[in-house]
Amino acid sequence: MSAASTGRVWKFGDNIDTDVLAPGLYMKGPLTELAKHCLEAVEPRFAKEVKPSDIVVGGRNFGMGSSREQAVMVLRELGVGAVVAPSFAGIFYRNALNLGLLALVCSEAGQIRADAVLSVDAANAELCDLDTGKRYACEPLPAHLLQMIADGGLLPNLQKKLKVQRSKEAQA
Amino acid sequence: MAQKPPMTLAEKLVARAAGLEVVRPGEVVTAKVDLAMMHDSGGPRRVAPMLERLQARLWDPDKVVVISDHYVPAVDAESAGILDLTRKWVKAAGVTKFHDMQGICHVVLPERGHLRPGLFVVGGDSHSPTGGAFGTYMFGVGATEMCGVLVTGEIWLRVPETILLHWAGKLGPGVAAKDMILAMCARLGMDGGRYQAIQYAGDTLAGLAMQERMTLSNMAAELGAQTGLIAPDAVTRDYLLSVGVPAGEIDIATWQSDADAKVTERHDFDAAALSPMVAAPHSPANSAAVAEHKGVSVDQAYIGACTGAKINDLRMAASVLKGRKVASGTRLLIAPASARTTAEAAADGTLATLTEAGAILLSSGCGACAGYGAGVLAENETCIASTARNFKGRMGAGSSKVYLGSPYTVAAAAVAGHIVDPREMLS
Ligand code: SF4
Repeated sequence: MSAASTGRVWKFGDNIDTDVLAPGLYMKGPLTELAKHCLEAVEPRFAKEVKPSDIVVGGRNFGMGSSREQAVMVLRELGVGAVVAPSFAGIFYRNALNLGLLALVCSEAGQIRADAVLSVDAANAELCDLDTGKRYACEPLPAHLLQMIADGGLLPNLQKKLKVQRSKEAQA
Repeated sequence: MAQKPPMTLAEKLVARAAGLEVVRPGEVVTAKVDLAMMHDSGGPRRVAPMLERLQARLWDPDKVVVISDHYVPAVDAESAGILDLTRKWVKAAGVTKFHDMQGICHVVLPERGHLRPGLFVVGGDSHSPTGGAFGTYMFGVGATEMCGVLVTGEIWLRVPETILLHWAGKLGPGVAAKDMILAMCARLGMDGGRYQAIQYAGDTLAGLAMQERMTLSNMAAELGAQTGLIAPDAVTRDYLLSVGVPAGEIDIATWQSDADAKVTERHDFDAAALSPMVAAPHSPANSAAVAEHKGVSVDQAYIGACTGAKINDLRMAASVLKGRKVASGTRLLIAPASARTTAEAAADGTLATLTEAGAILLSSGCGACAGYGAGVLAENETCIASTARNFKGRMGAGSSKVYLGSPYTVAAAAVAGHIVDPREMLS
């Protein structure tokens, strides 16, 4: 996650659920197909018009519902750079970080303008509205999670660790 | 050495798994996992490619349970392929605790004796808090995190605060655990649990069967909690003995909250004052007394899912349906939660009562609950279901509407053709 990522805001309400993010009806098919239906029940334009590094700003309890990682994968597939919300559903939040999607808890997310262009600074847990200059503080992430996101998620992170472990074993 | 401070059940469970004497809410710890449960949808088909990429093997195949329930029975080549992949993977990985088409994972897991008080378990499904009904610390994770557990046998978590949901009094006739949890969803909202540990307690709980307690713990997910615990007691012990857990492995005394342990929130509920509840589309938090929705006509009534089609649920439905018929213009679909549920319902006559009333029996599995299998809805149709969730589009077409209620309430709606107070049909 580069420090200077910027993107346009897509704003959503409270309690955006995993069935809206990744509808069960399309879960059997390929991810590219599923992604076309991401959030269509609340904003049909989203999947068609979202651009790489755009930022999804949700309301309270973003990602509530099932444990399906596809709810995160479709956002990554569409190129979303970060998800920001005043609170996340626990499993979605863990899934996002595990899949290398930056999820930031921002108590003031409700004040972010619907069409704003934001810069995202993950390390300092801060957002900035590029037009107005207004800054939004987010909850900082523990170092081991920032590292995991920087590695691209839990799997690449594990891969690194396994490599170290295996080379130790080889020497022993 | 200083005396141990009082701890909640959640803290005790996490402390044991983390190998620590004492833990405090907010601390981040690494816990050793006693058991990992996966199903066909989020399990092998997702983790197998990841394990391959890592060239890693299971940390302990004996601590892995796989249950095929989402795509069963296969309805097309894709679902058949997913089930086939699951069977082959389980064999290759050396997983012997595999339950294929035996019912819904959250019901099959305790039914086959895999749970007991004191364990720390992760499940690849959001309703994994169901295990909390047995005094097990159990919560849901996504497939990538599951892969991490499968390789390392460990997982990080923030030690949760404990939110106490206290119920006093006795439920009236026609009122069930589903009504209790819908009332809690209405009061607390879907994020009231704040991803902390909920503990259900009070004398109402003592009077509830394990299956009813499982409904409460299951829908801790709908309250946004990480887990939904119930301290084990004699009811827990009897259930576990009945499914073959050795008496020596059932420790009731250790897995209780200390009397003076700190909880961060407490909410009190009155069971005697509770009436049947119905959640209107599209959220379980959108719940109110059944009278508020009286007269809403339904195309389909669905008794299914981990939270609404266990043996007690089917008996509730049967008590309403006995000697009655499903209204014409309405269809009643029933998918028993597990093969064992079906066997029990066949043995005690429940099944015959259901089918004589005109119910259509479906196979045991997730079915229409999440839009995967038989019983999905057409555009603009209305359904009342005993499932856990009524999110937009979850049971089929995007414009369909799903109301949630107890099996009593769903069965009564099937008979009337519209939502009614089920107590009118219990004599
Ligand atoms: S029955 Fe429904 S809620 Fe239960 S595990 Fe299956 S899909 Fe999930």
